[in-house]
Amino acid sequence: MNKRQNLLKGIIKENPVLVLVLGTCPTLAVTTNVMSALGMGAAATVVLLCSNIVISALRKVIPDKVRIPCYIVLIAGFVTMVQMLVKAFAPALDEALGIYLPLIVVNCIILGRAEMFANKNKVIDSAIDAVGMGAGFTLALLLMATIREVLGNGTWMGIEIPVLADNNISIMTMAPGGFLVFGILIAIVNKISGGKNAKKSFGCAGCPSAEVCNKAACGEKEEAK
Amino acid sequence: MTKFIIIMLSAVFINNYVLSRFLGICPFLGVSKKLNQATGMSLAVIFVMLIATAVTWPIQTYLLDPNNLGYLQTIVFILVIASLVQLVEIVLKKYIPSLHKSLGVYLPLITTNCAVLGVTILNIDEGYTFAESMVNSLGSGLGFFLAMVMFSGVRSKLEGADIPKAFQGLPITLVAASITSLSFLGFSGVVENLFA
Repeated sequence: MNKRQNLLKGIIKENPVLVLVLGTCPTLAVTTNVMSALGMGAAATVVLLCSNIVISALRKVIPDKVRIPCYIVLIAGFVTMVQMLVKAFAPALDEALGIYLPLIVVNCIILGRAEMFANKNKVIDSAIDAVGMGAGFTLALLLMATIREVLGNGTWMGIEIPVLADNNISIMTMAPGGFLVFGILIAIVNKISGGKNAKKSFGCAGCPSAEVCNKAACGEKEEAK
Repeated sequence: MTKFIIIMLSAVFINNYVLSRFLGICPFLGVSKKLNQATGMSLAVIFVMLIATAVTWPIQTYLLDPNNLGYLQTIVFILVIASLVQLVEIVLKKYIPSLHKSLGVYLPLITTNCAVLGVTILNIDEGYTFAESMVNSLGSGLGFFLAMVMFSGVRSKLEGADIPKAFQGLPITLVAASITSLSFLGFSGVVENLFA
C-alpha cells in the first residue's frame, strides 16, 4: 500500500465513523452544531496523531501482554494535554464539548488504530494513517453536524439560513435526531458501496477489546457453533 | 431525601445515559441482541459504576484536589478503573465463580466503556457529595439497564421485519434507537414538577 492510498483509505474506504462504525458516542453527542463537531474532530485528530506516532515508535519496547494498559496510559496523557490546551486557548469550545473532551480517552478509534495499525507499522506510515483517519472522523462529524444544525436550528456555523430558520425541526438537534441521522447516513453509505463492506451488525471486528473477551460478549461465539 | 430521589429519577429517566447523553453506545448497539446478554452486561455495568465511584470520588476529593493535581483527573481515573476491573475479575473468578461465569465476559469490555468513565467524571463536575455520587451512579446504571432491556425487546421484534436492503443491520437498529429515545423525551420536566 503506497502512502497516498494509506492517507485516503481513512477518508473514504475505511471511514472510521460511517464504515468501521467506531467512536459512536462522540459522533452522536457533539454533532448538534458544526462548531463543536469541528472542535471534537480536531481534538481527536491531534490525540490520534500523537498516540499513533508514539505507539509506533515504542512498538518493539512495549511487551505484548501489557500493551493495552500501556496504550491507555499514553492516550490518557495526550488527552490531558489537549484538554489543558483547549481550556487555556478555547474556553468556549471546552464548554461546548464538556465531558466528551476527557472521554476521547475511551474513543474506540484511537485505541483501535493503535491496535490495528500503529503497533505493526513504521512511524511515518502510522502518522499518515492517523491523519487520514482523523480527517475521515472530522469529515463524518462535519457532515452529520451540517445536516442536524441546518434542519434542526436553521443555521450553519451560526449563520442563519433564510427559510429554514423559521421552520426548524428542533428534534434534529435533540437525542433522537442524532440516532436517526446516523442510521440514515450509514444506510446511504451501504447503498452507494453496494453493500460490499456493509456491516450487518455491530460486530467485534473494530472493537479493541475483542481479543480479551474472546468475542463472547457480542454473541459471535454462540452463532459460530 | 428528596434530593436523592430527584438525582436517582433524573439519572434513570431524563438524563438517561444511553438515550440522551450518548454514553455507552457501543454495548447498547453491540450486546442488546439477546435479552440474557443485555441483562448480564447491564448488571456488570451497574456493579462497576458503583465500585468505580466509590474509589474515584475519595481519590479526587482527598488526594488530587488538596494537592492541586486536578488536571490529572482523566489519566488517574482511567487507570484506577482499568486496574479495578481487572482486580474485580480476579476476585470474582477465585471466590464467586458462578457470578464470574455470568458477568465475567463483560468485565474487560467495560474498561474502555465511556459510561463508566463518564459517570465518575460527571459526579465530580456536578459537585455531588459522596452519598449523592453513589445514588447518581446507581441511577445511571439502572438507566443503562432499562435502556438495554427495553431495546433488546425492540430488536427481537425487528428480527422478523421486512427491511429495505440498505437499511438492514445497523442502520435500522439506529432508527429504532431513535424512536426509543423519542419516548424518553416525554419524561423531561416530569421529575422537577413531581416535587414542586
